[in-house]
Order: sequence, then structure tokens, then C-alpha cells
Amino acid sequence: MSDLQHTPLHATHLALNARMVDFGGWDMPVNYGSQIDEHHAVRTDAGMFDVSHMRVVDFTGDKAREFFKYAIANNVDKLTVPGKALYSCLLNPEGGVIDDLIVYYFADDNYRVVVNAGTAEKDIAWFGHLNAEGGFGLTITPRRDFAIVAVQGPNAREKVWQVLPETRDATAELKPFNAVQFPVSSFGEVMLARTGYTGEDGFEIVVPATQVAAFWNALIAQGVKPAGLGARDTLRLEAGMNLYGQDMDDTVSPLDAGLAWTVDLTNPDRAFVGRSALEANGSKARFVGLILQKENGRAGGVLRAHQKVVTADGEGEITSGTFSPSMQESIAFARVPASVKPGDKVHVVIRDKKLPASVVKLPFVRNGKVLAAL
Amino acid sequence: MSIPADLKYTESHEWVRTESDGTLTIGITDHAQEALGDVVFIELPPVGKTVAAGDAIAVIESVKAASDIYAPVSGEIVGANDALTGTPDQINGTPYESWLFKIKPAADANTDRLIDAGAYGTSIGE
Repeated sequence: MSDLQHTPLHATHLALNARMVDFGGWDMPVNYGSQIDEHHAVRTDAGMFDVSHMRVVDFTGDKAREFFKYAIANNVDKLTVPGKALYSCLLNPEGGVIDDLIVYYFADDNYRVVVNAGTAEKDIAWFGHLNAEGGFGLTITPRRDFAIVAVQGPNAREKVWQVLPETRDATAELKPFNAVQFPVSSFGEVMLARTGYTGEDGFEIVVPATQVAAFWNALIAQGVKPAGLGARDTLRLEAGMNLYGQDMDDTVSPLDAGLAWTVDLTNPDRAFVGRSALEANGSKARFVGLILQKENGRAGGVLRAHQKVVTADGEGEITSGTFSPSMQESIAFARVPASVKPGDKVHVVIRDKKLPASVVKLPFVRNGKVLAAL
Repeated sequence: MSIPADLKYTESHEWVRTESDGTLTIGITDHAQEALGDVVFIELPPVGKTVAAGDAIAVIESVKAASDIYAPVSGEIVGANDALTGTPDQINGTPYESWLFKIKPAADANTDRLIDAGAYGTSIGE
């Protein structure tokens, strides 16, 4: 246990009697009580997650736009308004996914990227390699001095404004996938981004590490419920959002992980890393949602990663699965033969039994409403 | 963490109550339900099934994980709490009332797997 890394909120989690787990080398809260209660708090009111294990990395230099046009699979030319954010995969030359990330544009020579915890060192090394090799001359600065809190739910923004009243005017009209940065008197330099990993409205807030415990406690005082990685997983699965390392990794093409929408091939002259491999290999599988069917009113188990999916056109595999608290059904993402489509019936092998499941379009749930149906 | 003194336990976190007719009633401990988190699915063995000590004979799934439940002794399944499969979250609220199955021990059943409340408490670091 002593080797695990701690976020600046670690002592706060322990004081809240969180159940802690090793998550990619970080000692993180999986729940503070019932993870289902935490899930419902986010869908119906407001919950918050410590995501300070994720890494903020700042990029400065005149060739920043040129760098990102080369380094990532989505196209930063979509970012024209300061504060605009873009979700993208970072690919290796073979077209596999090194990481998925969000890049924020603040000025032509000033970008910020937030990457996953377990991949941060690998990403920073890769960015450094591309920067040196291409002669982009950027300064790349990992920001371990920042913590990140995701406040999510239909009432999340209102509760954040109660804690940070001076940010209300600047963020009330902020559109989804946009961010603003500015100093606030109470907590120092903060960044509020209207992003998240739950399918609900809210902010992801970058706060100085030294101030984050006070910020967290102020949010608790406003009735924001602390939520752990358990609820984060059921929420992101319902919202149809991929988890790096589970739904895709260095060996998986984004085209086989439901991420084709993030790969921008419109400009034929933009030779980003991995493009030639993607174009040569194409898409080999379809990434779909599954809902386990009930027999005599009850399901035969819970869908989990690595369970085998049997279809009329061959086998596939579940990449992420869980019990959905919002739907009261077992749901999953699966990589299946390309001919399988929403509406099809397939079977999933659970404990040597073949149980029927329906193929559905993702997401399952968005903004508190169930979208997918059997 | 609740560990009633009148029950026996296993190191795999089952509780075992000896009934007046000699049958054993089995569930999972408070410690086990807390470690699992919110329970959402239970699969029980069929009544009449013959089981050996240590066999995985039932399954409890929480939101986050699936967990096998083991037969603490050899014998025959003589009861299964089918009502619980419709309300699996009862296990989180009342683990010692939420029994899973009953075993009639075999005549030569070995009870070495069963430990008392003090030993169980020690095994989970209480």
C-alpha cells in the first residue's frame, strides 16, 4: 500500500470513511457508502469525483497548433474560440490508442491537455519525442501542482456557483466542451470546463492542489455528494463513454472502439501519427451496447469485461460491463463482428451459460433519461 | 463490523448457523457484504443437490464484482432462499437475516472449515 500514489484529497477521503482501492497505482476512493446512491445523486442532483490522479499538461510555443495537428487524431483546427475543448485519441504509428485525452485551446501558443493517470508518464514521453523529432520547439509542462474535481449532475453548476460566486457571470453562458481560466479570490487560479464523464451537465474544475481540500469541503456544505470510482464507472458506461485500458489500448484501433467520430480524416493533407495505418487497416469490428435480457423477470447475472459474445456471424467480446442503476438492467460495451447491428439478438457466456442479450446503440442514458431499450 | 457470537464462520466469509434439527443455514458476513458493495444478483443452488465442502455452489454479484459462495461442509442442499433473489440488496442491510441456503450435513461431514466468532474476527483484522 505504501507505494501507491496519493492525490491531495487522500486524507479527505479517509476522513469520509471511503473504501479505497488501488487504481492504476493510485490509492483512490471506490465508494463512500453505497455506490448506487452516489450514482443516483449524480443523475438527479449533484455529485463530485476527485480526479486529481489525471494529469494536467501545459503546452506553450508558437508551433503548438501545428504540433497537435500532427500529434493527435482529432483536428485542433476545430478549436478557434479560446477555451474550446476537443476530445481525441493519441495514436501510435500502428494506429493503436496510446491514450484518450481532452485538449483545451487558450491561445495559438497556449494549449492544455488532460490525460489519464495510468498513461500520463507514457504520454508525456511520447509528446516529448514528437516535439523533439519534429522540431516544434514547444515547452511541455506537467502540472502536478493542480488537482481536479469533477462536479456532475443537473444541479452541479448551480452548486459550484454557490461556492465560486465570482465565476457565475463568466461561466453561465459557457457551452458544453468549453472552459475558462481565471483567478478567484478564495481558491487561486482555477479552470472551469463544462465537461465530464457521466452524461450529465456539470464542470470539471482544475484547482491549485493546496486549495482543493477547502474547495471540496465547501462543495459538501452545498450538498454535493462525494462519489467514488464505482459510481464513475456505472455513470460513464450508461453514458456510452470509453475507458482507456479496458475498451481500447495500444493494440486497438479507435475505429474498432466506437471512436471513429473522434478521428478526423477530412483534410487529406493532415498526416497525423497513425493515419496511414488506420487508412490501410480500416475498421474490422463494430463497437456496440448490450443489454442482458431477462428470463422469467430476472437476469441471469451481470455482464462483465472479457465475457464472450456469440453472434450469428462469429464471436465478440465484452470490453466493459456492469449493472446499470438507472436502468436496473445489466449493460455492456462489446466489440463484435462488423455485421452485427443494433436490434440484433446475441448471446453472452456467463459461468458457462449462454444468456440472451440485445444489441443497442450507445449511449444508454443521457441527461437523466434512459435512451436505449431492449 | 458485526460478528454475532452465536454463529460459526468460514475464512471465505460465510456465516453458518446450526439449527435444532442439525441442518446448517448459511449466508455471508457483514464484512463480506461491505467489501462487495451493493449486491444486485444472487444465484442459489437447487434443492436436492449434493455438495462437497469447499465447492463453489452459489454466486453473489455486486455492481463491481462477482463472488463465489462456498459450501462450508459436505451434504445435501435442503433449502434455498429464493425470495432473496428478487431483493438481493437485502444482503447489504441485514446480512445475518439474509440466508442463502441450508445444508443437511453428510454423516461423515468434516467441520474443520468452521471457526468461531473470535477466530473470524481475527482473520479479518478486527
